[in-house]
Amino acid sequence: MTLFLIVTLNGLTLAALYFLAASGFSLIFGLMRTVNMAHGALLLLGGYVGYSIVDVTGSWGLGVIGGGLAAGLAGAIVQAGILGWMQGDELRQTLASIAISIIMADLMLWYWGGLTYQVELPDALAGGQRLPVLGVGYANIRLALMGFALVVGIGLWFLIQRTRFGAVIRAGVDDQDMLRALGYPINRIFVVVFALGGMLAGMAGVVAASALSIAPGTDLQFLLSSLVVVIVGGMGSIGGAALGALLVGLAEQYGLAYAPTYGVVFTFAIMVLVLAVRPQGLLGKAEQ
Amino acid sequence: MNKLKMAASALALCAMAVPASAEDVKIGVISILEGAFAALGQDGIRGAELAVLETGGEVDGNKIEVITMSSDASPDSAVNAARKLIEQDGVDIIVGPLSGSEGLALRDLSKSYPGVTFLNGSSAAQDTTLRDSSDNFYRFGGDGAQWMVGVGDYAFNDMGYKSVAVIAEDYSFPYTQVLGFMTEFCEAGGKVPEKFWTPIGNKDYSSVVYSIPQDVDALFVALGGADAVNFLTQYSQAGGDKPIIGGSITIDQSILDSKGPFKKLLVGAPAGTPTVGDYDGDEWKAFTASYTEAFPDGFSAPSIFAHHYYMSAKAAMLALDEVDGDLSDNQAAFRAALNDLTFTTPTGGTMRLDKNRNGVIDNFVTEVYEREDGTLGNRVVKVVRDVDQLLGQDEEAFLASGPVSRDNPSCP
Amino acid sequence: MKQALTLVPLLILPFVLNDFWLTQVATRSLILGIMALSLSFLATYLGVVSFAQATMAGMAGYTIAFFGPNSVGIGVQLPFWVSIPLALTLAVVSGGLIGLIARRSRGIYAIMITLAIGVAFFYFTRQNYALFNGWTGFSGVRAPQIAGLSLRDPLPLYLLSLGVAALALALVSGFVRSPLGLTIQAVRDAPGRVLALGISVTTPIVAAFAFSGLLAGAGGILNVWYQERISSFSVGLGPIIDILIISVIGGLRHPGGAFVGAVVFVLLDTFAVDLIDRERFNTLIGVVLLLIVIVAPGGLQQLASDWMARLRRPEAPKKSTV
Repeated sequence: MTLFLIVTLNGLTLAALYFLAASGFSLIFGLMRTVNMAHGALLLLGGYVGYSIVDVTGSWGLGVIGGGLAAGLAGAIVQAGILGWMQGDELRQTLASIAISIIMADLMLWYWGGLTYQVELPDALAGGQRLPVLGVGYANIRLALMGFALVVGIGLWFLIQRTRFGAVIRAGVDDQDMLRALGYPINRIFVVVFALGGMLAGMAGVVAASALSIAPGTDLQFLLSSLVVVIVGGMGSIGGAALGALLVGLAEQYGLAYAPTYGVVFTFAIMVLVLAVRPQGLLGKAEQ
Repeated sequence: MNKLKMAASALALCAMAVPASAEDVKIGVISILEGAFAALGQDGIRGAELAVLETGGEVDGNKIEVITMSSDASPDSAVNAARKLIEQDGVDIIVGPLSGSEGLALRDLSKSYPGVTFLNGSSAAQDTTLRDSSDNFYRFGGDGAQWMVGVGDYAFNDMGYKSVAVIAEDYSFPYTQVLGFMTEFCEAGGKVPEKFWTPIGNKDYSSVVYSIPQDVDALFVALGGADAVNFLTQYSQAGGDKPIIGGSITIDQSILDSKGPFKKLLVGAPAGTPTVGDYDGDEWKAFTASYTEAFPDGFSAPSIFAHHYYMSAKAAMLALDEVDGDLSDNQAAFRAALNDLTFTTPTGGTMRLDKNRNGVIDNFVTEVYEREDGTLGNRVVKVVRDVDQLLGQDEEAFLASGPVSRDNPSCP
Repeated sequence: MKQALTLVPLLILPFVLNDFWLTQVATRSLILGIMALSLSFLATYLGVVSFAQATMAGMAGYTIAFFGPNSVGIGVQLPFWVSIPLALTLAVVSGGLIGLIARRSRGIYAIMITLAIGVAFFYFTRQNYALFNGWTGFSGVRAPQIAGLSLRDPLPLYLLSLGVAALALALVSGFVRSPLGLTIQAVRDAPGRVLALGISVTTPIVAAFAFSGLLAGAGGILNVWYQERISSFSVGLGPIIDILIISVIGGLRHPGGAFVGAVVFVLLDTFAVDLIDRERFNTLIGVVLLLIVIVAPGGLQQLASDWMARLRRPEAPKKSTV
């Protein structure tokens, strides 16, 4: 019973990390209908940059911000330089972003090499503590993950639903032409959204590099998990992403603990199952 | 790559002094030169280059030409690389590949090319030579089980561990490593109550961490690269305090050089490996010196890959010398020379082959220690000489226990 | 027949190429082209980009390995005239099943669900030892011997692949003109109207996927004979992306382009090492893919025919390519 509770807690904390990683992907897709297959590469870039900054400055907070800014900038360049020119052509954007992710992964391998990196945590987050009821040690960073996820989730919801900027973005999704006619620079707004999504990915990358580790291939793992999370939950819905992350995180940990051999298959089986029954995802709105 | 070109031009210079009548011997080297393994794969190439450089680029008036090809760790790519080397470049000898599944694939391929001799690089799957071996596939090195010899005994008798849980990746190489460890450990009277096989590339081991039984004395961890880093970090964060025993790729120098706080856990951990960068044997020091001289921008010491590619290329050079470069008649004389070859390895032992053309090797039990400058290294606590593929057991009994798998061997 | 004319130089190839070029370049291009054709077919006529073609090809390949001679001691040996139809059948069934699962997904959603299926299959083959022999997979798979002649020998394998490729193209062009093929295209263009006519869209979609499974399966059988092995690596993300890249290079909306893309891809894959540092091979592949997506979204085939058209009629208005 204790094991079951711990595994559940593990699933929840992993879900928090998956939600953080997927939030930027969900934002970009929800608002712009762009499936950014370079999302994992942006996340990895943020992680590497964050590592380098923490290594030099010793400040974890600076690392998270720096990693986020670097990936945000890269995201803006990708949107302004390449994907923006194909707006509205989903398939072309998907293919172009696959090409971008291949190039980015290779260039990062060139610069940072094939080693495994781990970002050193500040003292408050390093180490672990005894959990009251369960009576086992638990890593502080994993508990903190849930807090981060909550902050990011609420922040995103507030930005989109309660600010003027959010209102403009939502309007842009519904009727681009009208917004353009009203004089809003829609292309620039999309670049900003992409930068925001990239920044979320980059910050998630630094957090992932602290809680787990990053190495070549991490980009694909988080791209796949983000895809599953966002698609299972329903593309473009923040609540859906949270629900998707919960399902995937729990499935992965239960799988690892109770059915290690086929645990890895579960995640994707869930995705297939959900999509077969509800093609738009659990909380997604049906496409017209 | 520049280094390769330099080495190649050095070879070309040497070759100019050679009479024009000499025949070229072409050696194709296959290693992983792309993706995450690129840096390590490059070191394998260095090892092969070093053996050729030592001969001055020619053997008995036969110029040696080295052609490198890359694979991407998948068996298909290794086979394609070998086919290109054989059919397009016309190589006589292939040295490589790096990883286990690739090795099995080239072993199978070698049966279709009886005119080419295959010398394994660093791949360490057991069945490459033990079962269904190929007459023209040689391994001047050991398999993953040989690389663990000495550790089970050390863990039981010297460290006093009676019961050990296994955490390993779920594929053939770790299965073989676990066999090497458990063969000795179980025979000494140790128990392995539980084995956790995790998918390769798993990131979050937390649920495995909490499933580890509390009554074991130590953990045998056979994970590689990022997987090892992730597990060890999460284990320490969860307050885990069992001592660690490492597999051959769990605690190699590239992991010790990786960045992150997890490394503190490893100090004092024993592991098994055929290659120790800091080994202070005379032959090894000489080998390291010539490696560093030939490749100033290589690693601080030859890696397991440089070491193994070197031994294979070295064997080829020695056998070529013995037969005066005669590769006629499907390389019959050359292969006979390879079969009977003995030479002193960089670790000071005597390399020779068993009847399946698998090496009888030296193996080390090592221990992680903190160097004066704060970095971590492995130091040798025990050298085991003359380790054969049967791990010293009776052949029939050894084969009868069947191929390694998740459940074989077992001593709960 | 213009198409038949292109066969002539292809039949002369064996006389001018050495074994390496014939097998490693020409035959490999044909095999990859057949697999990519299965994707181009779906993209062109059903309007769905599927990432599960390596899965269908893998089903056929694994079937051949399991029911044929192999060196891992798993499976049951059947004569090739049983195992080949069985492999094709399983590929068709897997294609149909994938179509059934993905029948309600369009556009980007279809990409995602097929990707999920492909990755799930990949992990399953890696973990299952009873049927797929896990990580290691099958090796020592031998192509059938007919009258003492191995189909794996360079010339027979080339001619066989060429024949299958030609047959596959002919099948595609015949199939799309059949009533079922026309319905498939109607589903692509206006699923709502098809439904309004009282025709279920499920049948055409499943049929299209099943047919693409037949093509992919044929490619998968040839591939396992060519490689003489199959493992989890053969159905992983690498091959999935490779097939996509080939189709995109050739032109997703042109079935014949798959073979153009395959030739370009195989040449790059084989000889890039001689052109640039092998370590940066993936950058090269990525840049080529990106350039094609940007400059020639219709693929090389489209680019070439656009140029031809422009040469003939200099003032011809530029055709929209999307």
